[in-house]
Amino acid sequence: MGIFTPMEKFTTHIQAPSGFSLGLKELWQYRELFYFFTWRDIKVKYKQTYLGILWALLQPLGMMVIFTFLFSKTWPINTAPVQYPIFVLSGLILWNLFNSAVSHAAESMIQNANIINKIYFPRLIIPGSSVLVALFDFLMGLAIFIVLCIVYKQPVHISATWFFPAGIIIIIIAAFGTGTFLAALNVKYRDFRYTIPFMLQVLFFASQIIYPLQSIQQSWLKYMLAVNPVNAAIELFRAPFSGDSIDGTVIIIGLGSTLLLLLSGIYFFRKTEAYFADLA
Amino acid sequence: MKPAIEIRNLGKEYKLAAAQPYMALRDIISGSVKNLFHSGRKPLKKFWALQNIDLNIQPGERVGIIGRNGAGKSTLLKIISRITPPTTGTAIIRGRVGSLLEVGTGFHPELTGRENIYLNGSILGLKKAEINKQLDAIIDFSGVEKFIDTPLKHYSSGMQLRLAFSVAAHLEPEILLIDEVLAVGDMEFQKKCIGKMEEVSKSHGRTILFVSHNLDTLRKFCPVTALLDQGKLIGYGNTEKIISLYVAKHLETKASMEWENGIASYNNEVVLYKTYLHDQSGTIRSRFDTTEMTGISMEYEVKKDNILFTHGINVFNRENTNVFNAHDVIAENETMRRKKGKYKVTVWIPGNLLPESIFSINAAIFLPNPVDVLILEKGVLSFETYTDFSKLTARGQYADNFPGVIRPLLKWELVKTD
Repeated sequence: MGIFTPMEKFTTHIQAPSGFSLGLKELWQYRELFYFFTWRDIKVKYKQTYLGILWALLQPLGMMVIFTFLFSKTWPINTAPVQYPIFVLSGLILWNLFNSAVSHAAESMIQNANIINKIYFPRLIIPGSSVLVALFDFLMGLAIFIVLCIVYKQPVHISATWFFPAGIIIIIIAAFGTGTFLAALNVKYRDFRYTIPFMLQVLFFASQIIYPLQSIQQSWLKYMLAVNPVNAAIELFRAPFSGDSIDGTVIIIGLGSTLLLLLSGIYFFRKTEAYFADLA
Repeated sequence: MKPAIEIRNLGKEYKLAAAQPYMALRDIISGSVKNLFHSGRKPLKKFWALQNIDLNIQPGERVGIIGRNGAGKSTLLKIISRITPPTTGTAIIRGRVGSLLEVGTGFHPELTGRENIYLNGSILGLKKAEINKQLDAIIDFSGVEKFIDTPLKHYSSGMQLRLAFSVAAHLEPEILLIDEVLAVGDMEFQKKCIGKMEEVSKSHGRTILFVSHNLDTLRKFCPVTALLDQGKLIGYGNTEKIISLYVAKHLETKASMEWENGIASYNNEVVLYKTYLHDQSGTIRSRFDTTEMTGISMEYEVKKDNILFTHGINVFNRENTNVFNAHDVIAENETMRRKKGKYKVTVWIPGNLLPESIFSINAAIFLPNPVDVLILEKGVLSFETYTDFSKLTARGQYADNFPGVIRPLLKWELVKTD
């Protein structure tokens, strides 16, 4: 029977887990499932609520109005040459991307426990697709942001074509690393999830969303805050508005912690994923 | 030819946490605080869900797996399908594995039938191109084509199952693992699915591992069966042989019991020699369909004249619930002063009373008033009941879990009232 020769390439050895690998080859084999999980979440989200898309847009706009009212009238913050509404919205949409990617990825393993218990596939797909869903929401927020730039006649330097993607990519990688780490932690310690909203809240104020990092006088504090990768991402994203003035140290610290988050997140996730079905 | 599945010394150990399998952070924190004061932590209880499993399954074989609940059947499938890793040993799998541990895994109520075919299919390992190719066949097979673009939440549970089965039946991995999924759904559709899988298995040489409690399905579908007991493989081979081993070992149905010297009452007035289960034709059996009358007979000898006593049975189901007791209250039996000699008493459990289960019987000879038990043989007989879908039962054609301690076939009266 000739069919057994091609089967050889699918030979799988199953044994107790040892060592560590990224499993990239396998992720590639399952790329379609990656797509389907993302597609499912986006589809369901926007089917369930007609306000879905609108909400993704209204929420940052509402926050922008509040912060603009607070900080351009009550306690003025100097963000020149960027107008404050544009300044704060740019931070908000990036923050929302990080916030929603991390919190959804962290919950994702528990929410998909029924599938995890029944079918094998590379588990990284689950938090990964949560991040992609957040990216989808973000892209719509970005469209509104660009419209607002035109409305406010905010000059944008051509360098946006690579500064924007650079900021977004940093957010995505940092959120994926943090999200996978928290997802694994959530499966193991089920009450950990209650601490996540609080930690994200703290991180919000540790990010240069409503204030520019450059306004911080103490350089030790500034560089400590730069460990938060959201700061580096926003710094890059805002560069085309402020005449490309970037604090290189902030970027380098941010890139370092982004890489660290990614590696430690994936490492911890891969180390624990084999036992998810036993725990979930 | 190399085996499709080669299992060597496979074992899986679970650590039993007190209440939940996962941990709470607060327990760790409070636990470590406690540990400052008490040294030495209470070790977690461990148990082996599977141990020392060695098994070779050849390509194209259809192998059944049976065993009681907790015998390790599902754990074995979960290891082979890589959902959970083994603690010891290895398994070499030659071919793509498709696992059906549940039908409709990942079905989402908000998505349409068509969308769910893509989602479920890709979760089960089909490529998008394969789904595209098979889409019409899947929809056609399911028989829900009219509703295929309706969200799944508007489907009846039967329709959802049909759709799920259709996707499953069109999977094309070289190795297919099936866990009890065929125990649900309507009989007609089940047969259709088994037929389809059998057809594919034969023509494409697909290897199938099939966990089931349904012995009849196993007989039909799997020529070879593995028997697991408390995590160990205790039998492998011809399905009929393994089933009788399983029945003998676990179900312990006992159609008859005979004592050479008899069981004597404490006063030596009555001696019980034999008790057995039989059908209306008198054939001794331990399996009855739920519509059949089950006869229980006792043969005993009375050693003295003028003895007064009567008979009784207690019936327990698999969960050890005392389903009912029956005393012989026929006036003449109860008040008859028996003469010396041999007697046989038979009691009939009517058909359409018991659901499918395994029943165990206590047989007794006693004085009713005041109660004086002369002979009580606990669990002396046991029998299995099953549903014969060709007969009228209270279950009808409904093949899903149908609970209840008894299963009477009741009379329903319908009147038009306007």
